[in-house]
Amino acid sequence: MTDHLLTLILFLPLVGMLALFLIPEGNPRLIRLSANITSAVVFAVSLCLIPVFQLNAPGFQFVERATWIPSIGAQYLIGIDGISLALILLSTLISFLAILSSWKSVPERAKLYYAMILLLETGVIGVFVSLDLFLFYIFWDLVLIPMYFIIGIFGGPRRSYAAIKFFLYTLLGSLFLLLGILALYFRYGQATGTYTFELAKLTQLSLPLHIEQWIFWAFFIGFAVKVPMVPLHTWLPDAHVEAPTAGSVLLASLMLKMGTYGFIRFSLPLFPKASASAAVMNTMGTLSLIAIIYGALICLTQRDWKKLVAYSSVSHMGFCTLGIFALNLNGITGSVILQISHGITTGLLFFLVGFIYDRRHTREIADFGGLAQVMPIFATVFAITAFSSAGLPLLSGFIGEFTILSGAFAVSRVWALVGVLGVILAAAYLLWLYQRTMFGPVKYDANRALRDLSPRERFVVFPLIILTFAIGIYPTPLFNLVRPAASRIVQQLSAPRVLQP
Amino acid sequence: MTARDYLALLPPLLMAIFGCATLLVDFVTRHKRSLVLLNVFGLVLMAYAYVRQWQTLSAHGPFTALQGAVTVDSLAIFTNSVIWLATAGLLGISYRYLEFVEEHRGEYYAVALFAQCGMYFMTASVDLVALFIGLELTAISFYILVGFTRRDRQANEAALKYLLLGALSSAFVVYGFSLLYGIAGSTALSTISLAVRQRGAFDPFVLLGILTATVGLLFKISAVPFHTWAPDAYEGAPTPVTAYLSVASKVAAFAVLIRILWLDLPFARPVWEPVLAAAAILSLTIGSIAALTQDRLKRLFAYSSIAHAGYILLGFVAGTPLALRGVYVYLLIYAVMNFGAFAVLASLRRHGIFGDNLSDLRGLSQSHPTHAALFVVLLLSLAGMPPTAGFIAKYFIFAALIETGHIALAVIAAVYAAISLYIYFRLVREMYLSRAETREPIAASLGVRLSLALATAITVLLGVFPEPLLHLLAGGSR
Repeated sequence: MTDHLLTLILFLPLVGMLALFLIPEGNPRLIRLSANITSAVVFAVSLCLIPVFQLNAPGFQFVERATWIPSIGAQYLIGIDGISLALILLSTLISFLAILSSWKSVPERAKLYYAMILLLETGVIGVFVSLDLFLFYIFWDLVLIPMYFIIGIFGGPRRSYAAIKFFLYTLLGSLFLLLGILALYFRYGQATGTYTFELAKLTQLSLPLHIEQWIFWAFFIGFAVKVPMVPLHTWLPDAHVEAPTAGSVLLASLMLKMGTYGFIRFSLPLFPKASASAAVMNTMGTLSLIAIIYGALICLTQRDWKKLVAYSSVSHMGFCTLGIFALNLNGITGSVILQISHGITTGLLFFLVGFIYDRRHTREIADFGGLAQVMPIFATVFAITAFSSAGLPLLSGFIGEFTILSGAFAVSRVWALVGVLGVILAAAYLLWLYQRTMFGPVKYDANRALRDLSPRERFVVFPLIILTFAIGIYPTPLFNLVRPAASRIVQQLSAPRVLQP
Repeated sequence: MTARDYLALLPPLLMAIFGCATLLVDFVTRHKRSLVLLNVFGLVLMAYAYVRQWQTLSAHGPFTALQGAVTVDSLAIFTNSVIWLATAGLLGISYRYLEFVEEHRGEYYAVALFAQCGMYFMTASVDLVALFIGLELTAISFYILVGFTRRDRQANEAALKYLLLGALSSAFVVYGFSLLYGIAGSTALSTISLAVRQRGAFDPFVLLGILTATVGLLFKISAVPFHTWAPDAYEGAPTPVTAYLSVASKVAAFAVLIRILWLDLPFARPVWEPVLAAAAILSLTIGSIAALTQDRLKRLFAYSSIAHAGYILLGFVAGTPLALRGVYVYLLIYAVMNFGAFAVLASLRRHGIFGDNLSDLRGLSQSHPTHAALFVVLLLSLAGMPPTAGFIAKYFIFAALIETGHIALAVIAAVYAAISLYIYFRLVREMYLSRAETREPIAASLGVRLSLALATAITVLLGVFPEPLLHLLAGGSR
């Protein structure tokens, strides 16, 4: 049973998507039900990974290998370690909740909508399980297609522009990634005579530093667009603002993690010398710090609730990349934990903005005020989320940011100092947002009649709130999951390489 | 003549016989359906002939006919199979279209078969004379097909332009051929290959001969700067003919380029490689940029197919065995996905609507969801997105460029690949992001639906499981 568990999780959403096409368009109830059941089952099956997963086993687990395109040396090779497992669980949970939250908000063309979310789920999981670079690239690009349709068809007024901008940006980035993969592939092939895309084999190759750096930058463009790192982030505000709620959630919680995951899984082990070189570390550190501060400052000026959350992602993802390029155990562990935490809290923030938008059809912060009186449950949930996002102790955001900063401190005091400044700014923009929307008198009559969270909405946010507390109060299980994998990544950075070209 | 001689000539014989039979049957019956059935029968026989050729090839190696003027090797069989697919597709999408334009005459099917016959000699000839006859038979058949809607002024204009520029390009080709003949004293490509080797690539006559012949052939594949006929001819021709022109004739012309330059004149690579590299970059640039703003669908596809020719030419520049395999893969996949796309365009021609404009696609996802979804898959493939076959095709071009260290060309190709996505997704936007303006159903006949479904199926299957094709080609490409 566990032999093909990963494949099952990977392709179940795809099967569910194909099943959707068999249901007639005139039966939206059955379509909704079918999509919800599929994603629930996928989540349940993914939970089955936990008891079987061995925390301290070396290397990858649940490995499945099959020949796929032997002519070019591409295999169907998948497997997970603690980092991928954490991200997979996040993906299946968030996809399930995103589908659940859309119960009422998609009146038309529901079939296409749910089909695209399920396709996206397969793509995202595929990225997190692939151990063959060709296979990885296929999933990496596959994700773009459903997101284009989710933004383009179901998005806001400027959806057409936002969707194609998102698509073009990320596609151009991934094409450079492809060129980088090919450069590595031929270097390895010419050195050994065997042509393969297998990650474990390619990591044995030792290249001259300048070549490693070139290929590193090719990978960088692909991953950095996705994260997104400043200055390649300009697609993000448009895509987030125009996307429907579920689209924003999937984008922020899952797709941004693909970029940081790419750095951890591929860039560091494949290019250890380049990653540790001063040029790369300084550039990545500086870009991350710019993202942290710049994203936070932009947040302070935002009038649009959703755009604020979008830019806060830029800032938080800056912490994640900062942690990765601290290149030490704390940095990388913290980065993964913050990625999980960010997936949860930003997912929550986007859900909450969506709930408000469903009721008021506006996202202008100035249109609100005093919501705490009208919607006490909503206000409580929002408070917990905002505190977590701002890195308050006992909530998940704090754990990740603290670990990252301790990792960053070991590298440079400036990094840590600017990072702390970012945390303070985050508290500022989030608390100010909270004050403007929740406190004070109810300024507009339209806000007086707002309903509080419905049972379905409460069901969507409930597990995420629990997780925020759980990680914040007792992070040890998550640490135990992530730390061995992260320490292997760190070890690989200094491990001797046998193959010289 | 031996049995193998007959086998080598069986496909073109079948094409000629069925072409003439079509004319005769058209004379005695007014039921066009019988013509289609006759042609389907012919295609089945041709398929049988190709299978037999393939078996003989894999058992005994390449074999020749007509005193060595025609050869059956993997290049010939492979490109002919692609052309066979295109002919089958043409048969599928023409019927309803010809009814709509009220030009349903039997000559159409016959001339298409004669064109196919010409293309057989283009791909299989290893002798300049046979090759040139093939080229001309193909060209003349296409002049007729492009202007087939006689009463349509645009078609007349297109056919005339195509005729004039086509004749000019043929003149270039024959001039180049005559110089090569002058050097070698023989029209056999193998002798010419030896003569070029002895004289060196920069001998003035060799240089001039290769350059003029190459220019003529670049006309035929509509590479920039010899592309000016293509947008007009594509737009004016009946849509099924445009499909056939953009797929079959291009594949045949590429086969000639592969055979003459790549396989038989490798010693002259310093001469033709820079020419093809320049043509490749220009084609990518002009094709992509001109397609960006086109609102006329057939012109858009004309320019985009120019860009595709650019990618294939990049394979020539790389020039390794991997690149050759990549070019084969690209030709097949290009043919399938482009033809599938044209099947959709052909079905847009309906009562009162020409179906030539981008806006005619508006709201197609709601009126015809399956049609639109299949079209999206083909467009994704044309843009080179995984997991479709178009990605595999582009993958090989990128791989060959990186393998040979052409980093700059690879980066240029990557940038234009991203731009091409924008071009094709303008169509997706019309279909999915806009609302329909007309309730007139599209003309999705059985043939159109079959062609579309088949093209999409091949596109997805080759995208996810390309191994059988690659395996086949690994044994085949010499």
